[in-house]
Amino acid sequence: MQTANKFSVSRYAPQRGPVAKLTSRDSVLRRLDWPILLSALALSFIGSMLVWSATRNRTSLNQGDPYYFLLRHALNTGIGLVLMIGTVWLGHRTLRGAVPILYGLSLLLILAVLTPLGATINGAHAWIVIGGGFSLQPSEFVKITIILGMAMLLAARVDAGDLSHPDHRTVVKALCLAAAPMGIVMLMPDLGSVMVMVIIVLGVLLASGASNRWVLGLLGSGATGAILIWQLGVLDEYQINRFAAFANPELDPAGVGYNTNQARIAIGSGGLTGSGLFKGSQTTGQFVPEQQTDFVFTVAGEELGFLGAGLILVLLGVVLWRACLIARETTELYGTIVAAGIIAWFAFQAFENIGMTLGIMPVAGLPLPFVSYGGSSMFAVWVAVGLLQSIRVQRPMSA
Amino acid sequence: MTNIPETGRTPRVQIRLVIIQVLVFSLLFTLGGRLWYLQIRNGAEYSDEAKNNHVQQVVQPAVRGSILDARGVPLADNETRLVVSASRTELMKIKDKGKGVLTRLAGVLDMKPQDVMDKVRLCDSKTPQPCWNGSPYQPIPVTDEATTQQALQIRERPEDFPGITAEPTAVRRYPAPGGANTGQVLGYLSPVTDDEIVKAKNTNSPFLRSDQVGRFGLERTYDKALRGKSGVTRYEVDNLGRVIGEAANDPAIPGANLVTSIDARVQGVAEFELNAAMIEARKQIDRNTGVPYKADAGAIVVLESKTGRVVAMASNPTYDPNVWVGGISGKDYAKLTAKSSNVPLMNRAIQGQAAPGSIFKVIPTTAAVNAGYKFDGDYPCPSSYSIGGQVFKNFESQGHGSITLGQALEVSCDTVFYALAHQQWQKDGALKPVKNPADIFYKTAHQFGLGAETGVDLPGEEKGRVPDRQWKQRFWEANKDQWCKTGKKGGTYIELLSYENCLEGNLMRAGDSVNYSIGQGDTLVTPIQMATIYAAISNGGTMWNPTIGKAVISADGKNVEEIKPQAHGKLPMTSKTRDQIDEALEGVATRGTAAWRFGGWPQKQIPMHAKTGTAEVYGKQTTSWFATYTEDYTIVMTISQGGTGSGASGPAVRNVYNAIYGLDMAGKQDPKKALLLKPEAKLPTIQPDGSIDAPEVKPYVPPSPEDSAPPALAGPPAPPTARQD
Repeated sequence: MQTANKFSVSRYAPQRGPVAKLTSRDSVLRRLDWPILLSALALSFIGSMLVWSATRNRTSLNQGDPYYFLLRHALNTGIGLVLMIGTVWLGHRTLRGAVPILYGLSLLLILAVLTPLGATINGAHAWIVIGGGFSLQPSEFVKITIILGMAMLLAARVDAGDLSHPDHRTVVKALCLAAAPMGIVMLMPDLGSVMVMVIIVLGVLLASGASNRWVLGLLGSGATGAILIWQLGVLDEYQINRFAAFANPELDPAGVGYNTNQARIAIGSGGLTGSGLFKGSQTTGQFVPEQQTDFVFTVAGEELGFLGAGLILVLLGVVLWRACLIARETTELYGTIVAAGIIAWFAFQAFENIGMTLGIMPVAGLPLPFVSYGGSSMFAVWVAVGLLQSIRVQRPMSA
Repeated sequence: MTNIPETGRTPRVQIRLVIIQVLVFSLLFTLGGRLWYLQIRNGAEYSDEAKNNHVQQVVQPAVRGSILDARGVPLADNETRLVVSASRTELMKIKDKGKGVLTRLAGVLDMKPQDVMDKVRLCDSKTPQPCWNGSPYQPIPVTDEATTQQALQIRERPEDFPGITAEPTAVRRYPAPGGANTGQVLGYLSPVTDDEIVKAKNTNSPFLRSDQVGRFGLERTYDKALRGKSGVTRYEVDNLGRVIGEAANDPAIPGANLVTSIDARVQGVAEFELNAAMIEARKQIDRNTGVPYKADAGAIVVLESKTGRVVAMASNPTYDPNVWVGGISGKDYAKLTAKSSNVPLMNRAIQGQAAPGSIFKVIPTTAAVNAGYKFDGDYPCPSSYSIGGQVFKNFESQGHGSITLGQALEVSCDTVFYALAHQQWQKDGALKPVKNPADIFYKTAHQFGLGAETGVDLPGEEKGRVPDRQWKQRFWEANKDQWCKTGKKGGTYIELLSYENCLEGNLMRAGDSVNYSIGQGDTLVTPIQMATIYAAISNGGTMWNPTIGKAVISADGKNVEEIKPQAHGKLPMTSKTRDQIDEALEGVATRGTAAWRFGGWPQKQIPMHAKTGTAEVYGKQTTSWFATYTEDYTIVMTISQGGTGSGASGPAVRNVYNAIYGLDMAGKQDPKKALLLKPEAKLPTIQPDGSIDAPEVKPYVPPSPEDSAPPALAGPPAPPTARQD
């Protein structure tokens, strides 16, 4: 029984030409998850419009070229698509073998951030400036390597048929694997990314079938840790301020609360249909800071209204719904865990990002997947889409 | 999944995946719900906030309209001063925040760079004056006294002076054409108050902090028309206050011009003659007090008899309204309000109240005729009239035998009216009045419009007072406590008066009625009231509201809104009575008390009518009154503590008529010299561009002393008495 899922259906198919390969009933193209792909593309397209609208007038940022960010966003999306195709072509199983190398590389990258190579942007020392206006945010890639690494460890013995669930020792190893990069990211300090990684770890543990004690214990220690961090003053002043301002922007409308307040005004003023693209006064007037990246959703809220912003939620919902299907339908635990990690990542990051613009989550520097401007984030999410597609493509035929 | 190979998936993992899915979608639904709450449920609230966020208003002041005389001569207009302003929004775009530009500007304007920068900085709690208190989006004036040279330097090098403008800006000016200062009639402007700014904030015509508002005179009455409408440009600004677009633009609508019925030339003559008469009066010795007349105040009103339009209106002491321009200085204001200056801000033509004396007599005459007394009946005019031991003298202490009411007006016989008033008082029940006393003399005075405003289009008009029973009662109730406290039987005159007033101050006594019948006692009138009455006698009985504004003409000249005089009633007399009174008043000018002032007057061509009055005021010198009219004009003049009616005011009124009709003292008319043979009926010519033609006004040249002497025949009737009346 266990051996059945070792076989790939396509391996045993008759030899065909490349065109026939792509058009046949079991071809990669037919087996791709088109809803995810189209939704992700639609999100990236909407994102490019929003980024364009937000940056067209920001002469201090766009170097006098209103298309500067639009073009770069499109380029990032293109690179992201190539990365996705590459990931599908390699396949997640091939990548499984390369996980130790990828994990090591990502660790080196985030360590490099702590060296003089790193740069501080918006209070977080989380960047490596490459030059030519490009910079890398390695913590985005760490999210992927944590998922892949933990999935590799946790699924190894289960997929081999040795165990029905990962044992304690495996779980500990997997947690250590995740903890190392998270500790480094915490030092930057890029708290937003750490929060996402914690949720990823939780999602991965849940999907792996690890003992309830691990899941509950992790939740409990997370809560305790949060309280301890608060009490011991590990957090910087600006991080506490950000938190307080989310709770009550009126306390400090000119300072930290300004972002939250302006974001809420922008979204609130959109109404049902919005002011129309490029016509939002909050956006044109640059009242919302970081509007092309972390606060990109406010452009949608103001200029596209409830219908447009709601569409973004629906598209994200489609991506997550299809991802859940993929997680459930794949036959091997490795794919399930990877898919679950990606679901946890996308869902929480989207919830945090949109939630902070709506004033229900504290402000944290996280991009909205596919929509926000930013190369590293864009590459990472498209690689993740590639992983989901690969799991889907290699699932049993009849599903 | 029936024909799939066994996945080896444990139920635990499947359940956990479902849990993950449920969690994920509950997060998405939370976001959707919150989005709906912000955008649909509370959307309107945030839209308003967004609007406030990004729109800034810049107000452009509207140029205030001019006040013109009947021929278009400006009495109040604007002069252009070159105002250099700096736009902060422009300056802030420069790297050094405009420091270099302002330093260069200071060089051009011969100012210290620091002074210029101080003027342009914004006021806050830590910044002392000078600083800019207005909107940061408003161009900030650096100086309003730039020379043309300086303005050109700035304009020719816009690249050196980004954000700096040198533009001519209108500033109010009262040019006093031909010496016609017209101060109290024009009124003045003063800066808008905080209250007014707040009130007008959300109207369609908001105020600037630098705005001026009409406070008095025509500037106040016609403030709204003259002010126009400030332009408002709403700029969209970004979070740094940089202008990113123009949201809406309501251009400024310049204020309309007000054409008045004032004739600057006649006004100039009236002002000069009033002042000259007062100076002359101060040279005369008052025989009652033995000291020169004080002549502390005076007024003259020239009306068009047929319409009630005001041709000239002067009040003395006067002042130069230009002191208000650009904000009055503390020193000037103290001077204007000091007691020694005798309130030059007051317009005595409409606010000066005094007993009218004998110019009042047309009212008791009318009352008597209306009550059945024959105009041409025989009325004894003894030299005095006694009531219970109290003797009321004829002012000249002269008897005229038995005369008609007309003759009583001509010679101004008091005793005729004493007797009539005394009889009426007795008929009304004397000290124990009947239930509904006829009070014909009082009621007629009300019918003549006394005790009420004439409705002149100037603010602050006084009502005067008819001292009837109702007034006496109210006055007594208000003052009896004081009177009873200070009154003393057998004390000084004042104490005795208080004592009597305390006892019976509410009663109409015989003396009150008798005094009232010749316009003395507690009667108070304003010059404009008497002018209205005499104009009504002239025009056949219509009492017009005196009107100064003639037309409001929009700045582009396209919209002309004429102001038609309104009437507030008819004189309570038949046309026969009017004709009889008219004839008697002509007799005053030809044979009676005013004849000596109208020697040589061409009575046939221009029938002159007049009535003199000399009112006594307790503790002061007599008030001179002179009421006159021709077919077209009515002139009433008064001088407080100035002497007799014809004596003090006569020459001035004659000179004004001479100027109007182009007459010399011999009565020879030169139509070329006449200022205004007929009242100006037309409006001044409006050019296609909206400007209004203004003829030149030459200053008034008063007649030389030998010329102003009346012809040999004339002269004050001998013997000159203390009360020539």
